[in-house]
Amino acid sequence: MLDRGGIDQQTANGNEMQLTILYFARMREAMGRTREVVQLPPTVTSLGQLRGWLISRGEPWSSAFSHVQPLRAALDLVVSGDDAVLRDGAEVAFFPPVTGG
Amino acid sequence: MTPPWRISVQAQDFDPGVEIEALRSAAAGAIVSFVGVARDLSDGFPVDRITLEHYAEMTERSLEEIVRQAQARWSLTQVRLIHRYGELRAGERIVLVATASSHREHAFDACRFIIDCLKTQAPFWKQESGRLGSRWVEARDSDETAHQQWSGTPDAVRPQR
Repeated sequence: MLDRGGIDQQTANGNEMQLTILYFARMREAMGRTREVVQLPPTVTSLGQLRGWLISRGEPWSSAFSHVQPLRAALDLVVSGDDAVLRDGAEVAFFPPVTGG
Repeated sequence: MTPPWRISVQAQDFDPGVEIEALRSAAAGAIVSFVGVARDLSDGFPVDRITLEHYAEMTERSLEEIVRQAQARWSLTQVRLIHRYGELRAGERIVLVATASSHREHAFDACRFIIDCLKTQAPFWKQESGRLGSRWVEARDSDETAHQQWSGTPDAVRPQR
């Protein structure tokens, strides 16, 4: 079991996670930026939760995440699914399926 | 010890003749190469130039992983992989995959495996521009199918197509 008191203590100490988010190709255009740094609320611990939280922030996230489909994600340079667990200082990237070669 | 591959991600063009010749050795009985070129017509869309965007840190890692897999699966004396990024005109070279092996089956299969993996895994995105405007290239199901045909037991046999 997680010690809820311990988690609250961490938050109180300002230990919430900070992430760098990168956007590529059509997603970069939809977001109007190549990158941003975000502070996560303690409830956001997975890649899927991050996606939901960004969408809940309104524009431009909500439009970009709904219009650019399908959308892939990488966590620390590895393509990852919604279950992937975030860590403080991680780099997350959102992008359409790749089209190189 | 130098790893038996060389990978470059670069804006500038390359000389396929020079690159392929560099793989020649007495141990390599077969050298196979693939050169990808920017087309001037893409599903009916006229293309003057393409812009290749990439995720630099992830690209290096992704290409190395693909080449490592090929090295583990086939007997290769050397692999050379070059992928360009930035703005390219129609007709320009985009990518080179060259494999050298003592046996041609290994060189052929590994070369095709590498380009098939690269198409679906390496973080590059193509935007085409021409007289009708600009558009992002959509990922093709056929590329995914080509990649999936390589999954399964590692061997040196070409997948069923």
